[in-house]
Amino acid sequence: MSDTDKKHEMNRRQFLGNMLKTACGVGLVGMGLGIYSNRASSLPAHYIRPPGALPEEDFLGACIRCGLCVRDCPYDILFLGEVGDDVATGTPYFVARSGPCEMCEDIPCILACPTNALDHGLTDIEESRMGLAVVVDQETCIAFHGLRCEVCFNVCPIRGRAITLDMQHNVRSGKHALFIPVVHSDACTGCGLCERACILEEAAIKVFPTDLAKGELGKHYRLGWKEKEKAGGALVTPDIEHKYNLPEGVRYDLQGEGLIIEEKPEETPFSSNPLNSLNSGFLDSK
Amino acid sequence: MVDLTTLGDDSIAAKGWIKAHRWLILRRLSQLGILVLFLAGPVFGVWIVKGNLASSLTLDILPLTDPHVLLQAVLSGVVPETTAIIGVVLVLLFYFVVGGRVYCSWVCPVNMVTDLASWLRRMLGIRTTSQISRNARYWMLALTLILPLVVSGGIIWELINPVSMMFRGIVFGMGATWVVILAVFLFDLLVAKEGWCGRLCPVGAFYNLVGSRSLLRVNASNRAECNDCMECFVVCPEPHVIRPALKGEKKGISPVILSSDCTNCGRCIDICAKDVFSYGGRSVSETKRSNPEVIKKHEVHT
Repeated sequence: MSDTDKKHEMNRRQFLGNMLKTACGVGLVGMGLGIYSNRASSLPAHYIRPPGALPEEDFLGACIRCGLCVRDCPYDILFLGEVGDDVATGTPYFVARSGPCEMCEDIPCILACPTNALDHGLTDIEESRMGLAVVVDQETCIAFHGLRCEVCFNVCPIRGRAITLDMQHNVRSGKHALFIPVVHSDACTGCGLCERACILEEAAIKVFPTDLAKGELGKHYRLGWKEKEKAGGALVTPDIEHKYNLPEGVRYDLQGEGLIIEEKPEETPFSSNPLNSLNSGFLDSK
Repeated sequence: MVDLTTLGDDSIAAKGWIKAHRWLILRRLSQLGILVLFLAGPVFGVWIVKGNLASSLTLDILPLTDPHVLLQAVLSGVVPETTAIIGVVLVLLFYFVVGGRVYCSWVCPVNMVTDLASWLRRMLGIRTTSQISRNARYWMLALTLILPLVVSGGIIWELINPVSMMFRGIVFGMGATWVVILAVFLFDLLVAKEGWCGRLCPVGAFYNLVGSRSLLRVNASNRAECNDCMECFVVCPEPHVIRPALKGEKKGISPVILSSDCTNCGRCIDICAKDVFSYGGRSVSETKRSNPEVIKKHEVHT
């Protein structure tokens, strides 16, 4: 091997070595980023995404962190996550307690989004699902103490559907009703107006990202009465009618009144109307 | 060796201070001006531009979108809105004409940080040599484009991208962004010369590729005047791009700096007492037409 060949050989070796070094370095950076992204992509409970936001994982891929939604929000409730915040850096959120979504009919934040991270298919704000309100604390919510409040019910923009009042007996006073707020996930948009309005020091009703707020029934579960309704009749063989060995004139209604005693009028020589006796006596003696 | 204590003195003596810093001043005005445009809304309520460098809307009509970040979004499975696509096309056209890395030297706010680091290196005489290849940025670019494909959780590069972080930090709120900026500064100051912008930044690498055939270029059309003071090599953030154009006369290389690594920052124009350099088109030539093969051979990658 001549000298120049050797030199070239060294150069090639150096070149490959350097490339390998670079590739390894960048690969390590990539691994670090991958791990970091796992931690950084979990959405904390009190950070709520703007209306129309895709499911969190898709959202983080779609949002380019431009902040146009923040700028076009007329109520200035949206913020971009800063470095050090618990939310992915640069992504928009609002905090319901301090600034809930006012549910603009034209949804300007969605219109501003250049990438469909806020889904442009959402045109009716009442269909948005930013999160779900939950009455998190029944011990402090004053409705559960029998006090009249209903502020969350009254500020709810989906009035009478997202939050309803369930009247229950007030056992303490014995004569009053409890007006218990109940949230319905089929109507609640997660705007957070209820959370801001809650009169407590720390809200008893809070909006959480839907996946945190909602339970999920096992996929195999079937609710018999609903299936029956759907099918228009019982799906299983109807129960055999219960039979009881009871004295004559007595019945037992299992799912109704219980024990029923059918009283037959007793036979007596006298009519139940005293006048009849009097009149009849008079007629007999004649 | 260039005497760093008298760096630029010749140029100032020959052209006056203003002219010896003309492009530098214009560059700072451009970088700061863009920030002011974005800040005028939130600070003074004058809404000229909304958004940030990732995507913006000027005067409610002109959309501009960063192609690199949108590409990452598309790779993670997004169908962008028409405005974003128009925005990307406009940006690509602009940088295709003026040179991709004009973004780096005239727009990017991190440039001010890394330029400060470079200046301090010269002032303090810090001479750490970097082990990082100038090609590492292309690996980084590849990484930013692969990550959205293989890792769930979307545009992962944007979690740490100092370029978008710094701009967004200034316009929307800093948080702990200064830590990232400080890290870039210290890296450039102490670890690697031109380490961030010249070796690692995938955003720069992306724009580098966008502008690889750009029309606006710096050329050494007056290279016959060169007195070998070497000051352009000292101030240039990508010094390897100068040599073929400046010293290639005998080999028949065009005086146009054709390497897409060149950021069109114009520091070489400012620093040269002999006015060797000037902005010009791609085909400006004082002698023979360029031959890319020859140039490639003489470009020294460090």
